[in-house]
Amino acid sequence: MKVAGKLVIGLALIAVLVAACGGAATTQAPAATQAPAATSALAALIPITLQLQWVTQSQFAGYYAAVDQGFYKAEGLDVTIKEGAVDIVPQQVLASGQADFAVSWVPKALVSREEGAKIVDIGQVFQRSGTLEVSWKDSGITSPADWKGKKVGTWGYGNEFELYAAMSAAGLDTQKDVTIIQQPFDMSLLLNREVDAAEAMTYNEYAQVLEQTDPKTGKLYQPGDLTVIDFNKVGTAMLQDAVWAQEDWLADAKNQDIAVRFLRATFKGWIFCRDSFEACVDIVLKNGPTLGKGHMTWQLNEINKLIWPSANGIGVMDKALWDQTISVATSQKVIKAAPDANAYRTDLAEKAAADLAAAGVDVKGTSYTPRVVEITPGGE
Amino acid sequence: MDKSVAVSRNDIGLESPAGRKLPVGLRQVVAFVLILLALVALWEGYKLLGAVTAGSIPMPVRPDDRSMPHIWSIVGALFKPARRGGEDILLIILLRSAVFTWREALAGFTMGSVVGFALGVVFVRSRLLERGLMPYVVASQTVPLLAIAPMVVIWGSRLDWPAWTAVAIISAYLTFFPVTINTLRGLRSPDPTAVELMQSYAASEWQVLWKLRLPAALPYIFTALKISATASVIGAIVGELPSGIPDGLGRALLTFSYYYVSGPEKLYASIIISALLGIVFVVIVMLVERMVVPAQRRLAE
Repeated sequence: MKVAGKLVIGLALIAVLVAACGGAATTQAPAATQAPAATSALAALIPITLQLQWVTQSQFAGYYAAVDQGFYKAEGLDVTIKEGAVDIVPQQVLASGQADFAVSWVPKALVSREEGAKIVDIGQVFQRSGTLEVSWKDSGITSPADWKGKKVGTWGYGNEFELYAAMSAAGLDTQKDVTIIQQPFDMSLLLNREVDAAEAMTYNEYAQVLEQTDPKTGKLYQPGDLTVIDFNKVGTAMLQDAVWAQEDWLADAKNQDIAVRFLRATFKGWIFCRDSFEACVDIVLKNGPTLGKGHMTWQLNEINKLIWPSANGIGVMDKALWDQTISVATSQKVIKAAPDANAYRTDLAEKAAADLAAAGVDVKGTSYTPRVVEITPGGE
Repeated sequence: MDKSVAVSRNDIGLESPAGRKLPVGLRQVVAFVLILLALVALWEGYKLLGAVTAGSIPMPVRPDDRSMPHIWSIVGALFKPARRGGEDILLIILLRSAVFTWREALAGFTMGSVVGFALGVVFVRSRLLERGLMPYVVASQTVPLLAIAPMVVIWGSRLDWPAWTAVAIISAYLTFFPVTINTLRGLRSPDPTAVELMQSYAASEWQVLWKLRLPAALPYIFTALKISATASVIGAIVGELPSGIPDGLGRALLTFSYYYVSGPEKLYASIIISALLGIVFVVIVMLVERMVVPAQRRLAE
C-alpha cells in the first residue's frame, strides 16, 4: 500500500509537469491553435495556406514580406505560410488539399502532374534558373565538355536534370565519360577537392564557398578562384520556383478571383523586396532566428536577379523558357511526354500584374540593377 | 543506481574507510568532469596529431577545423550571437529550442509510458494476448522511425491536429517499447511462493497485481523510463524534421547542417545541447525514482 501510494504521488508529479508544459506547448504551437483568436478579429478574411519547398530563407522573401507588410490582408486573405521540411513534397501537399497554393520547381511539379496530380502553374515567379556547376579555376573546367573524365557532383533527387542535359548537349555520356558523385547539401566536397565540379545554387552554396577562408591566403575565397558553368547560358536551364494551384479548384470563378488576389499580394511582396532591400532581409531574419545575416543578404540579391527583369511582368510565363524546360525534361526522360496546355496559365498572373501596373507599380523591373553584396566570413 | 554501486564496492573492500571518502554525488560529478576532460583531450589530441603529421598518415576523419572544430570554438559559438548584430547568443536560442522540444518529448514520453505500462499489464494477465500481440510490438520497433515519421505527420495534418501532436506521437512510438518489456518482466518478477501465499489468503487477481506485482515491478519500470526519456527526445527531434516545426532543436540541427561549412561549430554546439536535454530528462526521471522506489530496491545499472 505504501509503495503504491508513493507511485500515485510520483505519477501525480509527472502529471502536473505534463499539464504545465503540455498547456504551454498548446499555446506555443504555431498556426493551428492561434487561428481562433486571429479569425475572431478578422472574420471577413479568407484563410489561405501556402506550402513552401524548404525552411525560411530569402528564397521565399516575397511571401514573407507580403504577410509582414499586410499585402495579403489588404486583399482579404489570411495567409499561413507552411515551411517546407525533410520529406515534404509541396506539390503533393497541394494535390492532397492540405494547402491552397504551393511553391515548386517546374520539372518536379510536372512529374507529379504526370502521375495524376492536377496542378497548374499560375505564377512563374523565377524567370531563370539559379543552378550552377562550380569548379576551382585551376581545374581548367570552363565548359561542359571539360567535365570529361572528371568527378562531377550533383545532389540528385531531381536537381541533376539540367546537368545531365548539358552533358548530353556536349556529347558526354553520363555513365561512361564522367564520374557522377552524390553530393551532400553543402560544399565540403568541393572545398576538400574531393570533386572537380559541384552543383551550387547562385543564392546559396556558391556563396558558402566565398564565405570560407582560403588557407593559403588567409583571406576569403574570391569569385576569381572559381569558374562557374551557368545552365542559363548553356541553354539547358529549367524553370524553378513557381506558384501552383489545383486545376479543379480553379474551375470556380470565385477561386480564380482568390488566386488573382493572392498573386497580386505576392507580387507586391516581391516588388517590396526589390525596392526595400534591407527591410526585406530583416523580415526574413525575423522569421528565421538561426539564419546568417550576410548569407541572407547575398541570397536575396541573387533571388532578385532570378526574378528581375521580368519581360512580360512578374509571374507571367515566358513561353520560350517553358518550352525549353519541357524539351529538357522530355529528352532527359524526367517526364514521358510534354504536358497538355493546361499545365500552366498566364491569365491570372497577367491580370494581377496589370492591376498593379495600372496603379503605377513597376512590375517588369526593366531598369533593375543588382546590388553589390559584401561577402561576410561564414555568412554571419 | 549510484548508491547500490557504492554499496557493492564497499562489500568487496575497494573503497577507503567510509568516513574519508567523498560524498556520492560529488564523486559522480568528479568522475563526469574527468571523463569530459579525457574526451576533450582525445579530440584535441587527434587534431594535434593531424597537424603534426600533416597528412602523412591516413586518418578516418579529416583533422581540420572544418570537419572537427576546436572545442573552444564550439563552446565559444554558444556565447556569441547566432548572427552578425543578432540580439540573442546561440546558447539562449538553443535553450529556447530545447525547452520547446522537451515539451513535445514529455508529451510523447507520457503517452508512450502509459500505453507501454498498460500493454505490460494486459500481457501479464493474458498469455494469449501476449503471444498474439508481442510479435507486432517487436515488429513496430524494427520499422525505421524515418519511414514512420512523415506518415504520422501527414495523417496529423489531414486530421487538423496541431503540429506538435504528431511529433509527440512519434516520440511516444519510440518510448512505449522498453516500458512494455520491463513492465512485463517486473510484474512477473515476484517469487511464485509469494504469489501462492497471496492466493492462499484468497487475494483477488487485482489485489495480487496492486499489492505484490506492481511494487515488485517498479524498479524495472524505472529502468525502462530512463531509456524512454532519452528515446523520447530523439523521437521528438526526428519528428520535427518532416513536420516543418521551426521552434525546436530539430530545426536548429537541420539549419546548421544545411549551412555546415559556414559554421561547423554551430552544428556541434546544437548536438551538445541536444545531448544535454537527454541527460537532464534522465536525471529528472532518476529524481522521481528516488522518491518512489526505496534505495535498497533500485536496480543497479
